[in-house]
Amino acid sequence: MNIETKHALYYSLLTRKLIVLVIAVSFTPMILVISIILSQFHNSYHEKVNAHLGELVMKHKQNIDSFLQEKLNDIHFMVNSFSFEELSNEVFLQDKLAALQYDYQHVFVDLGVINEHGRQIAYAGPYKLEDVRYSNAKWFKKAIENQYYISNVFLGFRGYPHFIITVRKKIGEIYWILRSTIDFGAFNSLVQNLSVGKTGFAFIINKEGKLQTKSVLDFHPDKKFYSYFLQNKKKADDGIAIVEKDDKSSGRKYIYVTALLKNKWLLIFRQETSDAFADLNRTQRIAIIIFLLGGLGIIATTFFVSKMMVSRIARADNEKDLMNQQVIETGKLASIGELAAGIAHEINNPVAIMVEEAGWIQDLLEEEDLKESENLDEFNRALKQINTQGKRCKEITHKLLSFARKTDSIENDVQINELIEDVISLLEQRAKYDNIAIIANLANDIPMMRMSSTELQQVFLNLINNALDAMDKNGGIINISTRYLAGNIIIDIADDGPGIPEVNLAKIFDPFFTTKPVGKGTGLGLSICYGIVNKSGGKIEAKSLVEKGTTFTITIPVIKKQDK
Amino acid sequence: MSSVKILLVDDEIPFVETMTKRLIKRNFDVLTAFSGNEAIKQLQEHMSVEVVLLDVKMPGMGGIETLGEIKKLYPILEIIMLTGHATVESAIEGMKLGAFDYLMKPCDINQLVSKVEEAVTKKRMHEDKIIEARVKEITSKRA
Repeated sequence: MNIETKHALYYSLLTRKLIVLVIAVSFTPMILVISIILSQFHNSYHEKVNAHLGELVMKHKQNIDSFLQEKLNDIHFMVNSFSFEELSNEVFLQDKLAALQYDYQHVFVDLGVINEHGRQIAYAGPYKLEDVRYSNAKWFKKAIENQYYISNVFLGFRGYPHFIITVRKKIGEIYWILRSTIDFGAFNSLVQNLSVGKTGFAFIINKEGKLQTKSVLDFHPDKKFYSYFLQNKKKADDGIAIVEKDDKSSGRKYIYVTALLKNKWLLIFRQETSDAFADLNRTQRIAIIIFLLGGLGIIATTFFVSKMMVSRIARADNEKDLMNQQVIETGKLASIGELAAGIAHEINNPVAIMVEEAGWIQDLLEEEDLKESENLDEFNRALKQINTQGKRCKEITHKLLSFARKTDSIENDVQINELIEDVISLLEQRAKYDNIAIIANLANDIPMMRMSSTELQQVFLNLINNALDAMDKNGGIINISTRYLAGNIIIDIADDGPGIPEVNLAKIFDPFFTTKPVGKGTGLGLSICYGIVNKSGGKIEAKSLVEKGTTFTITIPVIKKQDK
Repeated sequence: MSSVKILLVDDEIPFVETMTKRLIKRNFDVLTAFSGNEAIKQLQEHMSVEVVLLDVKMPGMGGIETLGEIKKLYPILEIIMLTGHATVESAIEGMKLGAFDYLMKPCDINQLVSKVEEAVTKKRMHEDKIIEARVKEITSKRA
């Protein structure tokens, strides 16, 4: 695994960590708050709806109870007020029915007096039911056993759903019954009044689970249904029970509110929960939509911000690495420089002595008797060589010293463009021989700057000389351009020579690194450039493509820090 | 030009020895010293020295210091600095203190000789001028 993919892995891991962290931190409280609020709201809303429905059903239960009680009382009153004989008179009975109907708007359909054998002795009402025998009717058996009786709804002789209330009276040892039929429609409307929302309606069932009111929405409960609610222990003190139950056939959930009427009928209110809690559901939906949108926003932002942050970190890391590298480079150069300076001093003197000794021998060779020697030419050649090599040593040591020197130059105002032109004119002749064109592309807005002109000259000389050397005799173009950018003067020196292999590119500023043949280069030129540019607070960089050429870029700040 | 008396000052004994031989061979009268102190002593003993060849880097009293000392005692003397490393600073400092010129070691003998001759010429010119001035002074006094 190379370093770059390692870095990429590290940064992608960092991004993921950041994303997970930010999402976790922002989602946890959001989810907590939303779920707490929703559940609180859910509970309180349920309570509210339940209380509301309970109250509604309670009121209706009371209504129905009192309705039935009232009717029973009316009949009771009649039984107590009038004698059997009076009521057996059909005209009288009709008179009383008319009075009741006047009071209660046809709630009472008819009146009948029935003796203990089930025979209807007198009848007042729209049907022809005189002398009908009820002795086999279920209701009669119960009515004759109880003082008051309210029947279930049944069709009876008339073939129309109705129910009756009866009051039993005793004359001597004989029972008789006053019976009245209650208008089914009038009773029904009492229950049908109880309707809430789209699906909420009420109905009454008897002990057998049979509907005692008009069925709404084809709802047909059975006996089990009744017993389910009777057995249900979840009953409030006022006899109201609220149950939520799934309807398996439709797959819908219903809320049932039940109340037991006094005559053991069960008033049931039924509503789809989705209808009953429509507001709650809508709020939940809105909350969820807000949550989803917010979540999406958070996720998107997190992704974006994390990516941005990590790329910034990566950039900073990169810069740090680069800076570290530069610091190391500078430190390395400085320590090598000091070492080199020491060596140069020490070596310079022996070299000087050697050269002097060689010179002395040369002097002696001038003398008459030695001139005869047949090896004179060889002597002279060897001495000349010693001299040349001594000079080479001197050159090296001087370069080393100038490289190591820290403050050896006087700064003055320099116009870089002029300086470059001077250097170019110096090297033009050589370039011409090598068939190389030096093209200067100098910006007009380069400001003056304070720097040692000789040092700067040395930098350009070295760089251009290197370019000329690199291109050898093959010809080519050296492009020198200057520009001024944000307080920095930037100088590019580009050649289209053979380029520097990547392996060497990292080492070119190291002292003594050279690719030139032995004796041609000291490996100090670029080190000196580096030192000079670095000292001025600028930087020098090299970019190279093999076979394409090399570009050296020097960036020097116009205003230096006042620390020297 | 009559024989010129030179004082060669360097702490490197072999260098001094060889250089002395080469200069003598070129008809110079050479005195030697291996330190700044010794150089001043030699100058006190031999008043006829005209040019001093002075190494910049010496242990004890350094070249620049010696230069200052000599110039203070014998302002008319011409001094050529020999330096291992030609730094602009030391050169300028030397010039400020009155050195005639500076040469880089190892130096070409012919170059050295011509520099010495220039220095002597300058020195003698100075001397002539001084003598002339004195003569003028004396004659004007008489008049």
